[in-house]
Amino acid sequence: MRDISMDRVNCVREEILETIKSPTLTHEQKVATLANKADSLLEVLDLPEGLDELLNQPIDTQCICDLFEGHAPMRPRYIIPDYAKFLKEGSEFLQLGPAQDIYEAINNLLIFYKHVPSITNFPVYVGALDELLDPYLEEVDDATAKKLLRLFFIHMDRTILDSFSHANLGPKATRAGRLILEVERELEHAVPNITLKYDEDITPDDFAIEAVKTALRSAKPSFANHKMFRSELQDDYVIASCYNGLKYGGGSYTLCRLILGNIAKRAKNVADFKENQLPYVMDIMARYMDARIKFEVEESGFFTNNFLAKEGFIHRDRFTAMFGMVGMAEAVNILMEKEGKPYRYGHDEESAKLGVEIMEVIDAFNNAHHNPYCEVTGGHFLLHAQVGIAQDHDVSPGTRIPIGEEPEELLDHLKYCAHFHKYFPSGTGDIFPIDTTAHKNPEYILDIVKGAFRQDLRYLSFYAADSDVIRITGYLVKRSEIAKLRSGNAVLQDTTALGLGATDNGHIEERKVR
Amino acid sequence: MRKAPVNKIIKFSAVDGPGNRTAIFLQGCNFNCKYCHNPETRALCIGCGLCVEKCPAGALSLGTPDPAAKKGMPGYQKVPVFDPAKCVSCDTCIHVCPNNASPRIRWMNPEEVYGEVKKQVPFIRGITVSGGECTLYPDFLTELFTLCRKDGLTCFIDSNGTYDFSTDPDLMKVTDGVMLDIKAYDPVQHRAVTDADNSMVLQNALFLAKQKKLFEVRTVVVPELFDCKHTILETGKLLASYQPIRYKIIAYRPFGVREEYRHYTGPTEEELSVFANELRALGWSDIVLI
Repeated sequence: MRDISMDRVNCVREEILETIKSPTLTHEQKVATLANKADSLLEVLDLPEGLDELLNQPIDTQCICDLFEGHAPMRPRYIIPDYAKFLKEGSEFLQLGPAQDIYEAINNLLIFYKHVPSITNFPVYVGALDELLDPYLEEVDDATAKKLLRLFFIHMDRTILDSFSHANLGPKATRAGRLILEVERELEHAVPNITLKYDEDITPDDFAIEAVKTALRSAKPSFANHKMFRSELQDDYVIASCYNGLKYGGGSYTLCRLILGNIAKRAKNVADFKENQLPYVMDIMARYMDARIKFEVEESGFFTNNFLAKEGFIHRDRFTAMFGMVGMAEAVNILMEKEGKPYRYGHDEESAKLGVEIMEVIDAFNNAHHNPYCEVTGGHFLLHAQVGIAQDHDVSPGTRIPIGEEPEELLDHLKYCAHFHKYFPSGTGDIFPIDTTAHKNPEYILDIVKGAFRQDLRYLSFYAADSDVIRITGYLVKRSEIAKLRSGNAVLQDTTALGLGATDNGHIEERKVR
Repeated sequence: MRKAPVNKIIKFSAVDGPGNRTAIFLQGCNFNCKYCHNPETRALCIGCGLCVEKCPAGALSLGTPDPAAKKGMPGYQKVPVFDPAKCVSCDTCIHVCPNNASPRIRWMNPEEVYGEVKKQVPFIRGITVSGGECTLYPDFLTELFTLCRKDGLTCFIDSNGTYDFSTDPDLMKVTDGVMLDIKAYDPVQHRAVTDADNSMVLQNALFLAKQKKLFEVRTVVVPELFDCKHTILETGKLLASYQPIRYKIIAYRPFGVREEYRHYTGPTEEELSVFANELRALGWSDIVLI
């Protein structure tokens, strides 16, 4: 472990005191923040040369961002436990036997969730709840089933205090799936996030319409292109956290992101960007991720000691890592300006073409980089269009068109997005607030989803313009909770603070309503 | 006549029939509904040139006659030419028009409109042609629908019901559904609302219902203008045995209505719910209140 300066220690001590005195953090939020502060004092990773100058910079020059993973990662960023195995077999560590009925299934899951760590200290994946619970629900009538599910979801919303927590439904219709959609429509909760794995050849229309209706009330589920994810990650993929495609019984060690706009600022022109600046930064980021993964696997002891690994709920060799990027829009616009061309991201084929060329460079780099611990994805990381963080300023999520610059027509917006979705097996997505007239015509949304997935879009989210729950970037927050926090009150879920920041910096409320 | 005057094409519409549809609005109407929400679609341009003078963006000029316009048709002598690139969508032309017309229409043939529709495939499930009154151009509709059906698109007509559908089997063959306005059930009241008779409207309602092509009927509720309850109940009875049909009950709102008719007040939500309940009692299940 390397030494650090007393100045840095004192700086962190100040932050610790500030955290302790904070009027708006809850107790749990303070404890989590304090743990991050402690971790920030360590220097144990074998960092690549040149990283500091790219990583530890203000947001207008930073080129690599490690998304608060800390200096000594003690667990993978995203963990996807095998919940089916847990319900079937129980857990020795948790002193729970196999779930015998729906009451035990729900109770056991709620216990398990409290022992699934992640970057947020809460589970980022809570299971394919329709598949998991459907067999258990056979023994109870609809009214009892709904009551049980209602309590289950209220419990989750009030104890998983972070909306980077994701349940999956589909692609098949089940009674459990229908009841969950009904309950979530009534509850209008921010937690958990939900994705419907949708395949028009498998998912019946009436089930998908129920999903649309729920989405228009509670901003979820989102729709994942099941055919596309399956073709890349096979059948045992899940959607976790914001919209991340990962392997069941595995997860992701880490997620770092390239801030493409700031890398473009360093470039003389398009050629310099593609041939020099971008490859230079990608190489350092990949080696930084390698170092983080090495520490997690070889030194943290997580995969040896944690009961999830010991009891086979996760398998080290089903983990991969996510090679993220943000700010495609800014990068393209900056480079077009440097080339003296009038094109603007989101509005013409020329800008899309440059965006695709940049994606090809990133994709080729990733395919050439090898990490020994990412066996499950062929020894490579998976590309990820990161959704941004609250502090981002003039940094658009992933490959999204900046808010305020969306094309006039939804059709043009979707067609533009279609250039990019295919590059991101570990997640990308676009979000559309919808005019309230769609409440009377949910088929309108389903038609758009069908068309979009035929055009190789990967992941779409909708919410009604009048909804209390809204999708910020990938996670959900209630407008009413943002208002409470804005007026100085502590709020239950930590993601509300992120939502407040993103609303102010990312202009979330100004998205074009479709 | 292969061309029709197109007022507007909405690429994605959530409110013109089932699912996502491209909605095409044709110019010209043979009713004069007092509460018309888009009176600028009612008439064809007579080429007076007033809008050309008033256009603040210089997007209009008085051009040569349209070759597609037949002698005697309004607008056949000279028409304003519209430059979409200069238009700032301020609607001044519509507001100054003494004739309830719009200079921003395009005379398009079915192939041209189909070309515009095709851009939305596969995001749409079909098209709806509305107006104005689109059945003033039945041959155009038949040709357009025939083209669109090749792509698996469903084709809907939004109509005031003045065209005798029973005389046009070619059009019926390529039409998946009709959305029909019942402005008023009683003929005297109908005349008060629209300046026109409604016997053909009711005849069409029955004909289309029997053909299973009546997707929707709707009534705009303006309590001061006609007996809305009577209209909804009698229409409900007339079509009760042909369910499922959607009944869309629309509360009057003053948006877009001509100045001289803007004084009406709309119904309350409770009043609409009463109508809905009475329809349910008659066996209707698909009732939409707007």
